[in-house]
Amino acid sequence: MTVEELEQIAESVRLENAKYDHEIHVCMDLACASQGADKLRDELVKAAGAAGKNVLVRRTGCMGPCSSGPLVRVDPEETLYAHVKAKHAEAIVASLGNLPVPELQCDLSNHFDKQVRVVLENAGHIDPEKIDEYIACEGYKALMTALIEMTPAGVIHRITESRLRGRGGGGYPTGLKWSTVAKASGDQKYIVCNGDEGDPGAFMDRSVMEGDPHRVIEGMAIAAYGVGANKGFIYVRAEYPVAVARLTMAIREARRRGLLGSNIGGTTFNFDVEIRLGAGAFVCGEETALLASIEGRRGTPKPRPPYPAVSGLWGKPTLINNVETYANIAPIIRNGGKWFADMGSERSKGTKVFALTGKITNTGLVEVPMGIKLREIIEEIGGGVPDGHTFKAVQTGGPSGGCIPAEMLDVGVSYDALMAMGSIMGSGGMIVMDDTSCMVNVARFFIEFCMTESCGKCIPCRAGTAQMHTLLSKICNGTASMDDLELLEDLCSTVKEASLCGLGQTAPNPVLSTLKYFRNEYIEHIVHKRCPAGVCTMKPQEVLA
Amino acid sequence: MPAFTPPPLPSDDKRWKIVNGTMRKNGFARHALIETLHTVQSSFGYLDDDAIRFVARSLRVPLSQAYGVVTFYHYFSLKPPGKHTVTVCAGTACYIKGADALIAAAEKRLGVAQGQTTKDGNISLMTARCVGACSRAPVVLCDGEVAGEASVEQVLEQLERWTVE
Repeated sequence: MTVEELEQIAESVRLENAKYDHEIHVCMDLACASQGADKLRDELVKAAGAAGKNVLVRRTGCMGPCSSGPLVRVDPEETLYAHVKAKHAEAIVASLGNLPVPELQCDLSNHFDKQVRVVLENAGHIDPEKIDEYIACEGYKALMTALIEMTPAGVIHRITESRLRGRGGGGYPTGLKWSTVAKASGDQKYIVCNGDEGDPGAFMDRSVMEGDPHRVIEGMAIAAYGVGANKGFIYVRAEYPVAVARLTMAIREARRRGLLGSNIGGTTFNFDVEIRLGAGAFVCGEETALLASIEGRRGTPKPRPPYPAVSGLWGKPTLINNVETYANIAPIIRNGGKWFADMGSERSKGTKVFALTGKITNTGLVEVPMGIKLREIIEEIGGGVPDGHTFKAVQTGGPSGGCIPAEMLDVGVSYDALMAMGSIMGSGGMIVMDDTSCMVNVARFFIEFCMTESCGKCIPCRAGTAQMHTLLSKICNGTASMDDLELLEDLCSTVKEASLCGLGQTAPNPVLSTLKYFRNEYIEHIVHKRCPAGVCTMKPQEVLA
Repeated sequence: MPAFTPPPLPSDDKRWKIVNGTMRKNGFARHALIETLHTVQSSFGYLDDDAIRFVARSLRVPLSQAYGVVTFYHYFSLKPPGKHTVTVCAGTACYIKGADALIAAAEKRLGVAQGQTTKDGNISLMTARCVGACSRAPVVLCDGEVAGEASVEQVLEQLERWTVE
């Protein structure tokens, strides 16, 4: 594959698309697919054929506003239809070239206006199972540019210049990580993509892997060139069968096109990727545990250093980045580091994809520039809390994160600001809670999760989370005393300070943040034996005696 | 060192050939353990003792280590699944939107706890850590089919349909 051949493919796709008067895009991501998007697409194809219209019906990845699904977009008019059912197919086809179907048309400009799409630029526009469509959207151009016009050091310099930070949640500077692996000695190095999106309530990485799989592969290939690796692994959760299927197909297509394999782009660069399946262990999101799992072992973490950058897979230098981090690489190479660094806040650059869920009107996937206020995400993009309820808290960072109360909503989203509020950026789950959620109960939910998911290697995490769960259960059923609360706070700091890996070190965060902002709810449970949100069932007092 | 000869297949069951295929594709390397166990589970529905022994011997992994891996990961099951499986997602978004009520209702209706199968082997009740369909919480999977914004009534109706079948 050469640059000219790439351009030829892109041109032929453009010519092919130009043959059609209209393009109907059908979102086939999980949320829409679970509401009959498959059948809808078949009906649209049938209706278009019957009406003799010159229309292309295309399956796409996630368009974003899942709560309005199944979604259909008609181009070039850019008409967006919400809640489309198979029975609407004929009406949509009939409307082509005329006025849109009024009862299906939706206006989500509030939802889209403040979003900036970098990672999700192709999602909702291309068929994820067709490599040529990705190529037509400048796909693999960045890889060719890197291989032919740039040195490995130049690639790393550009990533460093962009000031991209790891999107898995930790926020470690990507350029710095790459240069550490590049400098590590050894002729065998590995690239790993962490697609073990274990954080419950987050599905950004799933959508990227399913909706635009080639973007991840291209990012990995560029990274491999930068650090001098020739072999990559994508570690994906087994709970994401569609992502596995799409990536498998994408790898096969990329090999067929000569974009993976030997002598890529006619250069001496060789790189290939394999998929490894996770098997349902949250701790495998931790990098050393993930590596153990790829090696076919129990996913228990190891003390660091040595860091994987020096001694990773089978003891070789290994670069591990998250799906979204790799998804940012191609646009940075194409548009320059400065372009990326111009977006976002002082120390957090670029955009971030969030999975907006819970008690919010527009649930779905959003991509916003860093530094945007939480209030803008929740009230404008998300459309606020539905059914007349009031906003109570937003949970970010999953089981390692915290709950942010209403009075903090005017803070801009960045790694540092979220950390200062007692939460973390995490991978990007954002779960909105209203007045019907009990914060003590939520804290107990997360601790129960961490307790079950603790690998058991170190005692503070294994025993600590279990004891914290017992104490929180006592608070929830009204049998705790103020001494128990003190003990809980004490345990939080022990587990935080003494655990081996990130799972244990951050497990107390949901408890600490709810204690910080919603302490009165804890007190209500303990002193007045009352759950203000009416969620917890108190044990009858006489049983206590 | 003499060349390694993998053990014979446990039976004529064709599914063992699929399992063997996964191991051969990976050159019978030890790191193929999890991949192979995935193949066993997708072919047979669960992992029984014979299967674990066969895989361990083929990959030259100590049986204790293979068993350790099987029990470490939630995805692997040592028990055969029921004819039907209802899986309630217990991710955060689903929890906030009332997944525990769905689990409680299903437990009461089936008379088994989560993770168990009814005595007649008809229905398994499982929970999942998050299937990534959070925007349609609470989510229930009925034999793998995703149903979003599920209600207690819907779950009970589905269980009823499976029971009378």
